Amino acid sequence: MPRFSKLLPLALVALLAARASFGEVAGDPERGAVVFAKCGGCHQVGEGAKNRIGPHLNGVFGRMAAELEGFPYSKSIKRAGADGLIWTRETLDAYIENPRVLVSGTRMSFRGLKKEQDRADVLAYLRTFSDDPSNIPEAEPTALGTDHDLDPAILAIQGDPEYGEYLSNECTTCHQTDGADEGIPSITLWPEEDFVVAMHAYKRKLRPHPVMQMMAGRLSDEEIAALAAYFAKPE
Amino acid sequence: MKLNRRHFIATATAASASLSAPMVKAGGHGKPRVVVVGGGAGGATAARYIAKDSKGEIDVTLIEPTRTYYTCFFSNLYLGGFRDIGSIAHSYGTLAVEYGINVVHDWATGVDRDAKTVALAGGGAVPYDKLILSPGIDFVDGAVEGWDLSAQNAMPHAYKAGSQTELLKAQIMAMPAGGTFAMVAPPNPFRCPPGPYERVSMVAHLLKANNPTAKIIVADPKPKFSKMALFQEGWADNYEGMVDWIGPDFGGSDVSVNPAAMTVTIDGEETKVDACNVIPAMKAGRIAELAGVTDGNWAPVNAADMSSKADGDIYVLGDASQQGDMPKSGFSANSQAKVCANAVRGALTGSKVFPAKFSNTCWSLIDTENGVKVGATYEATAEKIAKVDGFISQTGEDAALRKATYEESVGWYAGITSDMFG
Ligand SMILES: Cc1cc2nc3c(=O)[nH]c(=O)nc-3n(C[C@H](O)[C@H](O)[C@H](O)COP(=O)(O)OP(=O)(O)OC[C@H]3O[C@@H](n4cnc5c(N)ncnc54)[C@H](O)[C@@H]3O)c2cc1C
Repeated sequence: MPRFSKLLPLALVALLAARASFGEVAGDPERGAVVFAKCGGCHQVGEGAKNRIGPHLNGVFGRMAAELEGFPYSKSIKRAGADGLIWTRETLDAYIENPRVLVSGTRMSFRGLKKEQDRADVLAYLRTFSDDPSNIPEAEPTALGTDHDLDPAILAIQGDPEYGEYLSNECTTCHQTDGADEGIPSITLWPEEDFVVAMHAYKRKLRPHPVMQMMAGRLSDEEIAALAAYFAKPE
Repeated sequence: MKLNRRHFIATATAASASLSAPMVKAGGHGKPRVVVVGGGAGGATAARYIAKDSKGEIDVTLIEPTRTYYTCFFSNLYLGGFRDIGSIAHSYGTLAVEYGINVVHDWATGVDRDAKTVALAGGGAVPYDKLILSPGIDFVDGAVEGWDLSAQNAMPHAYKAGSQTELLKAQIMAMPAGGTFAMVAPPNPFRCPPGPYERVSMVAHLLKANNPTAKIIVADPKPKFSKMALFQEGWADNYEGMVDWIGPDFGGSDVSVNPAAMTVTIDGEETKVDACNVIPAMKAGRIAELAGVTDGNWAPVNAADMSSKADGDIYVLGDASQQGDMPKSGFSANSQAKVCANAVRGALTGSKVFPAKFSNTCWSLIDTENGVKVGATYEATAEKIAKVDGFISQTGEDAALRKATYEESVGWYAGITSDMFG
């Protein structure tokens, strides 16, 4: 996929840098086939798999988000794909742990697989249906982790909603307060923890968007907490 | 600030008022009063945020002559045929009705800094405790030889949006087959650094569809311009052979025009043109100069709160201000307005003042669903607004990314206009 060659290395570098410190959990494809039952209501995989409620998952490793022809993706996931989100072991792991943490406006209404082992297994299973596993660089499968590796102390920070309201002025230049999501996703009424995790994912350049990486990049942990506290409350 | 007797009395009054009512600094006349001159990207945002966040504690008056504000942002998209003129028009109804802002449709003609009043063209004066000026730009007299404001119908600037933009589009549409469109680009600093080049792209798009053998000449005094590599790539890819950009090395800085004869002379060579867009050198909107807060062409401000370096009770926002590293853009003016609103509220009602944070992103459209962007974050230092971090779109990006960038700009337009006008 030469089209993405510019984006892929960048995304990988950031991912690896952010996740390098995590231990390896080996996946068991057989157990993964069992775990996949939770996904099978929406997704097909294997010979003759078709798009159903969700896109089919053959060859998902190395694919750009929202790349399949003919599937009616949400705007958010299309945007993530255009911004350079590629499905790798790491990004898939973060996505299936909690889809909305990685792509807030995704239509994938799935609570997520909280157990690291379950995710490792189901991804090992899915990899057997990726026609070109050589897309995945050697070092990558060993670099595991979750998107929730944020220091619990960071998640525990109580944000000052008044400060959050002031800081939110910067957000509302683009994100509309009435929740409209034309071209730019809505950010109102986000659960606090999801918000904090997502902003830290931008700050660490796990999420790909350059404007958001820049905006989040200069927010302190306290400022992210303040924004989360403000946005969690209805106007 | 020079200290005269009036200032001394005003300060003493404020100080004694603060003993009985520590937070309200209204100089003994009830509610504190903020007057905002100019209802554009900076002024409308500042008025709305002060009214919204002070919850009735501050009287806000917005002085703006026009009833309909046409955004300059996306006015190039109107030229290209991607927007109709009504979609870039905004009125002040919501600011008046929902936010209780006293909207006065008149020109401010002067500022009496001792009496702390703003004079109106229609007569009378409006008193203020804090005055916010966001009058945008005016043009430097004699900047382009042969052009002055009286020539703006023959050779429009279209750098204040509305009838000028419509006129320019009509002139482009009326060009004969294979005719010539010329642009005289401005020197730095000017409103919207990528603006002239987005305009070239949009004019090219319009001509490609209606008059494909037409030519575009750009005379530019600058050797480099914003997003230059992106625009030049875009022109070569989408409008091959149509755009002739003439930088200063080839005489682009040696330009005169003759609006009566419709000719442009570049480096001594006269060309007959069919439509001509003259964008002269710019300066702060004239009211800033009349208020005595300019130094040269622009009004220097303190980065922390956008207060004028000449008068602590006057704030200057947006294009008119000289603040440091931020480009003159609607996004910047809106960002500065929110920092200023927070500081003004703090000064008048004692509300908490948070540290200044500024940002900017400018999207430009090159062709259908082919958007690019450049952006940065900024902080206040003792001397200026200083750049912290930034990014720019890359050449050679794929179509999906360019489309997403364009869609983002559409979302931004909806976001910023509702942030300005409610
Ligand atoms: C072609 C073009 C494209 C652009 N594209 C973009 C873009 O994509 N993104 C972006 O961020 N920016 C863009 N800009 C720049 C943006 O329009 C300006 O930077 C922005 O409007 C500046 O805001 P301001 O408040 O300083 O001035 P303005 O928005 O111009 O507002 C000034 C207001 O003050 C009023 N006024 C002036 N004098 C007086 C007076 N004496 N009394 C009362 N009222 C007065 C005027 O009527 C006007 O309404 C573009 C500009 C142009 C020309």
